[in-house]
Amino acid sequence: MAEAESATPTPTPTRAREPRNDALTEPRLVRYGIIALAVAFLTAFIVLPLVLVFAQAFREGLAAYVAALADPEAQSAVLLTLTVAAISVGLNLVFGVVMAWAIAKFEFAGRTLLISLIDLPFSVSPVIAGLVFVLLFGAQGALGAWLIARDVPILFALPGIVLATTFVTFPFVARELIPLMLQQGTQEEEAAISLGASGWRAFVRVTLPNIKWGLIYGILLCNARAMGEFGAVSVVSGHIRGETNTMPLLVEILYNEYQIMAAFAVASLLAALAVVTLVVKAVLERRLAEGRRQRDH
Amino acid sequence: MTIEVRNIVKRFGAFAALDHVDLRVETGELVALLGPSGSGKTTLLRIIAGLEWPDEGDIRFDGEDALKQGAGERHVGFVFQHYALFRHMSVFENVAFGLRVQPRAVRKSEAAIRARVHDLLDLVQLRWLAERYPSQLSGGQRQRIALARALAIEPRILLLDEPFGALDAKVRKELRQWLRTLHDEIHVTSLFVTHDQEEALEVANRVVVMDKGRIEQVGTPAEVYDNPRTAFVHAFIGESIVLPVEVRDGRVRLGASDLDLAVDGAASGPSQLFVRRHDMDVGPVGSGALEGAVRRVRTFGPVQRADVALTSAGGETLIEIDTPRDRRLAPGDVVGLHPRRYRIFAAEA
Repeated sequence: MAEAESATPTPTPTRAREPRNDALTEPRLVRYGIIALAVAFLTAFIVLPLVLVFAQAFREGLAAYVAALADPEAQSAVLLTLTVAAISVGLNLVFGVVMAWAIAKFEFAGRTLLISLIDLPFSVSPVIAGLVFVLLFGAQGALGAWLIARDVPILFALPGIVLATTFVTFPFVARELIPLMLQQGTQEEEAAISLGASGWRAFVRVTLPNIKWGLIYGILLCNARAMGEFGAVSVVSGHIRGETNTMPLLVEILYNEYQIMAAFAVASLLAALAVVTLVVKAVLERRLAEGRRQRDH
Repeated sequence: MTIEVRNIVKRFGAFAALDHVDLRVETGELVALLGPSGSGKTTLLRIIAGLEWPDEGDIRFDGEDALKQGAGERHVGFVFQHYALFRHMSVFENVAFGLRVQPRAVRKSEAAIRARVHDLLDLVQLRWLAERYPSQLSGGQRQRIALARALAIEPRILLLDEPFGALDAKVRKELRQWLRTLHDEIHVTSLFVTHDQEEALEVANRVVVMDKGRIEQVGTPAEVYDNPRTAFVHAFIGESIVLPVEVRDGRVRLGASDLDLAVDGAASGPSQLFVRRHDMDVGPVGSGALEGAVRRVRTFGPVQRADVALTSAGGETLIEIDTPRDRRLAPGDVVGLHPRRYRIFAAEA
């Protein structure tokens, strides 16, 4: 209705467009002031740093940029980061779906406790998370001593980094799915079962398509955080050059060694990941909103 | 396919949703489970479908134990209250679902599946919607697609949970007729749950009236309407005038006066007198068991409806009666009233 009205020319277009919002409409000066403030803040704190990252990375030209990234240490960091993210996201995908399924489709004792526990990784400082794993798997830890005796490396190796990353990124998938699955209820699954589908088929053919966009959204956020995680990984990695340095760790090391350009070159990859994530996220959010609208009809 | 429900008990915590329920449904019947919300009717339907398990009792399909089978093995078509159509599948795929998930050994060929789905869509007269998605359908269309999907697996039994509950009044009436006709065509043993008495009486061959997890009465629509066996059934089905009376020494007392009514075998003690609104004859003062003053009269359709203050009950009790229009009533008239048909039930403790 509002659109239809604004389409016809009227002497006071603003009033015609939002006839009911008069009480909330501020004087023009105030409105523009608030908008300007918001834009200025965003520019200073987000756009400018992002531009600066790329400016620094390309300061010495494209050739130097490529050389910095071609460095074996940088290559190993990229590879490690990709590996860790792939494993962590994979684990969290499985656990997240299982967890969301359990909470959304069943009633059991301790269900509310479980819901609050899922958020724990968000409320705990990543450094603490890292330290927990050091205590658990370090040479002094009970589990650590046993594993070290059997020559299974956890700390200062890939498993430790994966564990810390998985812990920190655990909530993303589950958090995204639980409200979605709660809202969808169990009727479609019941219908599938009563039509003769097995539990697995009902999951694959009915549940999964219904949670598809939410799942992808969760994976995306999970992945962004997994690749960018610094604190927890820093504690468990041991910073072995060319071996246990992920990209964020390498950025810090290079920066501390005054290799500013190289540090920013690696950082630019992370920044690019952030930008891509943002774009894909926007697209997904539109998809999710569409899905929600369809359900409401 | 006959359905036998024997001594079913289902508890949710301390609450007994079903309290020793027995029921037998014959092949080809269309039976309504009628009751207020919380009466256990939907729980009973879900137990028959295998979506819920009873704590005690037995379910038999044609004599064989249905509780040994999961929901998917019972070949029961279930139509959900809110349809539960698969939202990401087209109408065609929704109907085809039950055929596609069959074990490879018995699964039909793609061509056979297509033919069957088209037949079913023809049956529910919605073939033209095959490529649409559930969100693009009206409530009535969704309902019919849900029915087609349930029929795809050639169910031995068809169960419908509040099939018309979410529809507006007009569509509801049409679909009711249509379900009745459809049942005459396909003749599959069917049970549907409803809280709407008109729906139950109009569509079903037999009506099962439930309250508080128990079956109050089973009978044809005429039986449950004309010969309600309990106070609950009388009050729940049709409009009733209820008067608190006392049965003593073979007489019916209302307040301080004896009524000129046969006790009809009712036990002594505090009781309730039930009369249908249209079963109250109006005559001159002294002509009936009761007396009252007309307070207000509304005339519409074939009847006039009058509020009458019963003087026999001290003038405080206001009842609503329906009488033919040929006997004109006006506010202030004092009339004699006589229940043509009535029932006396012991008052609930």
